[in-house]
Amino acid sequence: MQDDNRRFVERDRSWHPPAYAPGYKTTVARSPRQALVSMQKPSVSELSGPDFQKLRMGPHDNDLLLNFREDPALTGAAGLPVGERIIMFGRVVDQFDKPVPHTLVEMWQANAGGRYRHKNDNYLASLDPNFGGVGRCLTDEHGWYNFRTIKPGPYPWPNDTNSWRPAHIHISVMGPAISTRLITQMYFEGDPLIPICPIVQTINDKDAVETMIGRLDLPRSNPMDCLAYRFDLVVRGELQTYFENQ
Amino acid sequence: MKQPNSVPCSELLLRETASQTAGPYVHIGLALAAAGNPTRDEEIWNQMAKPEAEGEHIEVVGTVIDGNGDLVRDAFIEAWQADGNGDYQREYDLKKPFNSFGRTATTFDRGSEWSLKTLKPGPVAHASGQPMAPHINLMLFARGINIHLQTRLYFEDEIEANAACPVLSRIESPTRRETLIAKREEVDGKVRYRLDIRLQGEGETVFFDF
Repeated sequence: MQDDNRRFVERDRSWHPPAYAPGYKTTVARSPRQALVSMQKPSVSELSGPDFQKLRMGPHDNDLLLNFREDPALTGAAGLPVGERIIMFGRVVDQFDKPVPHTLVEMWQANAGGRYRHKNDNYLASLDPNFGGVGRCLTDEHGWYNFRTIKPGPYPWPNDTNSWRPAHIHISVMGPAISTRLITQMYFEGDPLIPICPIVQTINDKDAVETMIGRLDLPRSNPMDCLAYRFDLVVRGELQTYFENQ
Repeated sequence: MKQPNSVPCSELLLRETASQTAGPYVHIGLALAAAGNPTRDEEIWNQMAKPEAEGEHIEVVGTVIDGNGDLVRDAFIEAWQADGNGDYQREYDLKKPFNSFGRTATTFDRGSEWSLKTLKPGPVAHASGQPMAPHINLMLFARGINIHLQTRLYFEDEIEANAACPVLSRIESPTRRETLIAKREEVDGKVRYRLDIRLQGEGETVFFDF
């Protein structure tokens, strides 16, 4: 099978946050104590993954300004969500800077007030009747994706006595195999809540935090309309096996 | 062009984007109905096999348990498995009778189980040439999990295949191998397998790095 000849660059687990990071209190009881069991020779089970090109998407699945209108008959400015209009865009590439085409990118977020449309979120901030907070798209043949949304608000959460999440958008990417599966969060350049966030602080390397910061891209913003933030996703690099073990 | 938020590892290699927890509200993005929200035309969910799919129809269920012995009610799980013939169906297409990929989540109610409606997978060849026992690859995401946990579900009634499986035998401790074996149940004449995933402590599930 073709995928058997595939290999991916080893995941550097000291770059990613450790399972046990007691500053983020929920990790304490949810982190394994045993070592991960390494597969020296992954099989097709790990080296293959789903292709979502046949998943039927709606016309506004990547446009959060339009995909949750209270009244779908409304047009123009009526029925738009409250908040700073932004474009979130970027490329999915692998560690060799090779574009990852036609891969599924999904995102979700709080509204401008920092409230999620989720039955378990009881934060004081109001729900926005015109904002759902979910988007999805496939990357194009060069690995580009884009969403239109509003900038989410920061919100408090029970960790320390006064912990706040920086504004962030959750983002999920599949990549070419389940080995490249990744879920992360995009933060916004310059947000003073980033360095003091217990979830950001689960990461030990400052450079690793940089990989999660969306950058303002003024040239790509739409004048008199919305700002653009660029966020590239780098998934594990795909290698070819030149010689089989014999 | 250099990626604005990427970090080089060497001149030839970029660093992978760092992982962050999927958080307690993962459902609004990846499991819309569970969040209490309207669904879109097509959603990726837990019915991997339609009734007309060829093969042995099974249900796979379980809970997720934390280090205190409490149920994890906000876990989100992805499954990737071969069809009944041992082939991975890479093209995800809801028009097809069977898809190799599925998603599920533990529920917010008392029992808090996840479930998949699927086919029993066939054996898949390992790179070594030996067959691997039938298995379902699982990826687990939740609040308090900083990078997803990867595991496999095997089947109790595949005693010989399990004993010969090159991946199961990679697990040094026979006691720990047992944490991956789902127990067979029959409910109303239907076959169901149960696997409780223990994140920490006694009976901690084996998680893989690959």
